[in-house]
Amino acid sequence: MSLTETRPAKAAPPETVALDAEDMRRLRLQRFDKIGKWLLPLVVLILAIIGWDRLVVWNNIPHYILPGPGLVWTTLVQDWAMLLDALLVTLQITMMALAVAVIGGVGLAVLFTQSRLIEMSFYPYAVILQVTPIVAIAPLIFIYVDSRTAGLLMCAWLVAFFPVLSNTTLGLNSADHNLRDLFRIYGATRWQTLRYLRLPSALPYFLGGLRIAGGLALIGAVVAEYVAGTGGIGSGLAFRILEAGYRLNIPRMFAALLLIAITGVVIFAGLSFLSHMLLRKWHESAIKRET
Amino acid sequence: MSRPERPPLGQRPPVLEMIGVDKTFNGDVVALKAMNLTVNQGDFISLLGPSGCGKSTALRLIAGLSLPSRGKIAWAGGQGENDLGVVFQEPTLMPWATVSENVWLPFRLRGQPYAAVKDEVLEALKLVGLEKFQNAYPRELSGGMKMRVSIARAMVTKPRLILMDEPFAALDEITRFRLNNDLLKLKEAIGCTVIFVTHSVFESVFLSDRIVVMAARPGRVIREVTVPAPYPRDEDFRTSAEYAALCREASAALHEAMGEPA
Repeated sequence: MSLTETRPAKAAPPETVALDAEDMRRLRLQRFDKIGKWLLPLVVLILAIIGWDRLVVWNNIPHYILPGPGLVWTTLVQDWAMLLDALLVTLQITMMALAVAVIGGVGLAVLFTQSRLIEMSFYPYAVILQVTPIVAIAPLIFIYVDSRTAGLLMCAWLVAFFPVLSNTTLGLNSADHNLRDLFRIYGATRWQTLRYLRLPSALPYFLGGLRIAGGLALIGAVVAEYVAGTGGIGSGLAFRILEAGYRLNIPRMFAALLLIAITGVVIFAGLSFLSHMLLRKWHESAIKRET
Repeated sequence: MSRPERPPLGQRPPVLEMIGVDKTFNGDVVALKAMNLTVNQGDFISLLGPSGCGKSTALRLIAGLSLPSRGKIAWAGGQGENDLGVVFQEPTLMPWATVSENVWLPFRLRGQPYAAVKDEVLEALKLVGLEKFQNAYPRELSGGMKMRVSIARAMVTKPRLILMDEPFAALDEITRFRLNNDLLKLKEAIGCTVIFVTHSVFESVFLSDRIVVMAARPGRVIREVTVPAPYPRDEDFRTSAEYAALCREASAALHEAMGEPA
């Protein structure tokens, strides 16, 4: 029995056809787009740094008001050991908070979709926790929680978990209705429906929430450190910024700020990459189309 | 492949019976009124009617997705694990799973590992002509091919009854004709029993040996047209005088169902 249906073959490159001016122009544009995506922001960065440097030099701005980029760089190198320690502390809190946010967010989302009762009872409080600014809650947390790390973790978690919760809930509920019917017809158990249908359907939504949560966990960790304010060994980047501010060590403030910004970008890029790897085979968002 | 023996109409053992089935929504919307239908083994039954005639409701009732308001639906010999396969109007595949994983699903939900049923899965894919695409993802396939995967999934367990809810309605005419031909070949190959919902007269006559014509408001059966032409049917049947006459008959019944003069 031959039931094979021919599939449109991938468009072969028209090697034999000579490129006309129009094609050449399109190719040039494509190439420009590809390079420009990297090159243009880089050019802007370099121009901004040069502008910053000239601004400081030409106006004789003292370094305790605005240090030049060169000084920030030197400070970064000089204070590297101390700043790296601080970065690791902040990073540790951020990553732990993100991990707990994922476990808590996904766990709650699953509970919410399994039981309407639980969702109705607790969802409003999840929203309340989310909309109350963390700076307002943090001082209380540090009164009741003895361990500083636990307090920081709690603050960062509070900020980060909501996007995971709300996105995953949305994802779990957006499983295709016909597929749900099909699972019912085949007598799937609740667990099977969750494992084989709802969780995979929720994956793209969850990953979207995770990318937001990654940035928020860092913000939560930094804000909590500001509030906690204890110093000494084992302090994070935010405390180093505060401390440097008291000492009018502005270059170190910039250096620490730079590290925080880079950390945020790296977290976002890492999670975006993870998302791409998990979805690239099947989800519309990760599929490149030839135009 | 040996074709399972199929006795002529009227001598087939029953698979399922609908007895005086009513379905009412929200207390007053009557979707289905006093439906009687006996499905026999090997039947290819089309439910033909205008929209709102309850044909999809009937299918959902048989699938157990909703319960009748009155009457009963009885499976011969009681309900079992392997009663049903379903094809919806959309292919309804899991986009994150490969073609073979999608076809594996009915087995998987019964706790059977892939290795244990690999032969059945590949056999089903071969029957729909997609054995080369077992590792492809649904998005890589055309609409017609996705529908073939959906059909393979419905029949992979060789269920007692396969329900199809306007499976080809969204496809273009050429793909539709081709899938009609292939569906009949498949049916002959595995000897399944099918209830096929459609609103196309031509499709129903070409495919079925029984056409149940339904009317709307309230949804009810008004006539059954028997198509005595033997299987296998091919393009010759599609252009025959017999086919044209049967289409006229079914069409007349459909007009009657819609309350218009034929």
